[in-house]
Amino acid sequence: MNITEKILARASGKNSVSPDDVVFANVDKAMIHDVSGPGVIKVFEKLSKQGISVDKLWDPSKVWVAEDHFVPSADKISAENIVQLSKFTKKYGIEKHFKYGMGQYGICHTLSHEEAMVLPGEVYVGGDSHTNTTGALGAFACGLGHTDVAYVLLNGKIWFKVPETYYFKLNGKLSGHVMAKDFILRIIGDIGTDGCAYRAMQFGGTGINEMSVEERLTLTNMTTEAGAKNGIIQPDKKIFDYLGERGAKNFTPVYDDAGSEYTKIFEYEASELEPLVAKPYSPENVAAARDISSIELDKAYIGSCTGAKLEDLRAVAKILKGRKVKIRTEILPAAISIYKKALDEGLVSIFLDAGVTIGPPTCGACCGAHMGVLAKDEICVSTTNRNFPGRMGHVESQTYLASPLVAAASAVTGKITDPRDLN
Amino acid sequence: MKGNAIKYDKDNIDTDVILPGTYLKLHDYDELAKHAMEGIDPDFHSKVKDGDFIVAGKNFGCGSSREHAPIALSHSGIKAVLALSFARIFYRNAVDGAFLLPIEIGEDAYKNISNGDQLEINTEKNTIKNLTKNKEYQMKPFSELIGKIIAAGGLFKYKP
Repeated sequence: MNITEKILARASGKNSVSPDDVVFANVDKAMIHDVSGPGVIKVFEKLSKQGISVDKLWDPSKVWVAEDHFVPSADKISAENIVQLSKFTKKYGIEKHFKYGMGQYGICHTLSHEEAMVLPGEVYVGGDSHTNTTGALGAFACGLGHTDVAYVLLNGKIWFKVPETYYFKLNGKLSGHVMAKDFILRIIGDIGTDGCAYRAMQFGGTGINEMSVEERLTLTNMTTEAGAKNGIIQPDKKIFDYLGERGAKNFTPVYDDAGSEYTKIFEYEASELEPLVAKPYSPENVAAARDISSIELDKAYIGSCTGAKLEDLRAVAKILKGRKVKIRTEILPAAISIYKKALDEGLVSIFLDAGVTIGPPTCGACCGAHMGVLAKDEICVSTTNRNFPGRMGHVESQTYLASPLVAAASAVTGKITDPRDLN
Repeated sequence: MKGNAIKYDKDNIDTDVILPGTYLKLHDYDELAKHAMEGIDPDFHSKVKDGDFIVAGKNFGCGSSREHAPIALSHSGIKAVLALSFARIFYRNAVDGAFLLPIEIGEDAYKNISNGDQLEINTEKNTIKNLTKNKEYQMKPFSELIGKIIAAGGLFKYKP
């Protein structure tokens, strides 16, 4: 069995599983946030009316809560949602609730690794499609809707069809101007937004071994954009050190068995990858940044679970140091811990000197919620993960998805720019 | 189950157009229904009738895990979505929450069904009759588990 199959077999009490088997897997960790949380509360209300008990959760110590989409509260309704969420965690005894304005908080997927909320070998579900992100730590991490998460919170388990696995092998180390974002955009461009529908996407090879933990997280994050059930990478010393620094201990990593089978293997050479963008209106609409350098922009957005981790901000600072932005540019670090490190490393000063507006950790405009949404016809280069019509605001706005390096270089010139072409 | 088709001749109808992100803060189901399909068809709310079906191409419901998407459609009166294929979270949300039936159809049905056609879905025989055009198509049968969850009326009523 490969890593995904082994985790699902262990969690469902089976000796072995194969693709297409249906299992009820015991869940190790579950997450809700300020959008899925109130959705779950609504499901609980419905269940209660139907006479189904919602008095207690299966295990409040395994549930954690983030506030990220509409925080700091964007308006009256989102403020009510935050109040509801706080009442919920109090009522059910959930202690791990990361509240804005009270120390560490941020985008749920970022907290999942920054706070070591999920560990290698675990089954982790979250009420958000980009829950896949956390698979870079060697967990089975999968996004679910409100009803399914409510079911998990009450029963501690959920059904899965064991996915086929597509294996993506990267040979060689990425060069300085190419980031994990470029690699995952290349893959999605090749296989399409349903290219891995219902499947596991596993990454490996020397290029992945060389890659930092945060860069690996960018890959698994965007497996969602290929329709995948989960993205996963076998854990190694980099992961163990990263989690150890964050206080994690007592976990059982899972690896591929010798001779593990994958439904399909794709191979890429790091030396052949280059800075890319995904043009409106789909992550699969991929082009080389150099080939569309005439595209004029109104705005650059550097944020989200995909593109505002510490290394993303360092990449942006490398470009912006000593330069000025030519278009409106926002940077929203993905968590308070990242914000603090960016401040300590001097990145925040570089951003402010370049003319950038720095916002608080939030999903913000990535999902069209608030904090810089786009107007009709506005064109934005963004380090986020989706560019569907209306994703970041008006249905006739346009988003070009790009790596932090490309987004920063484009902010400096006002046009889509390959970082190699910056003077 | 009889209803009229509202057809979108398009692949990859994503959750951002089914229910735009700005409304994710809403959890009143009827309020969500007012914004269903707003990103692709601003007239949807005024034209949809109780019992209607949506017909679309492949990868329907791709993108976010928002259960708001099937909720908004279901509370608009949509009883089933007939598509060439579905994104995984939309599919399981529709079934587990018992909001609507996600029905996989073939190219023949997709090409042949026109906007406004009256359809009759029979999930026991796995057939779709086009009463307007006097044609019959096959639907892909539900898997065993999905069939049982649908029959039970959603995941919470299903006994494994």
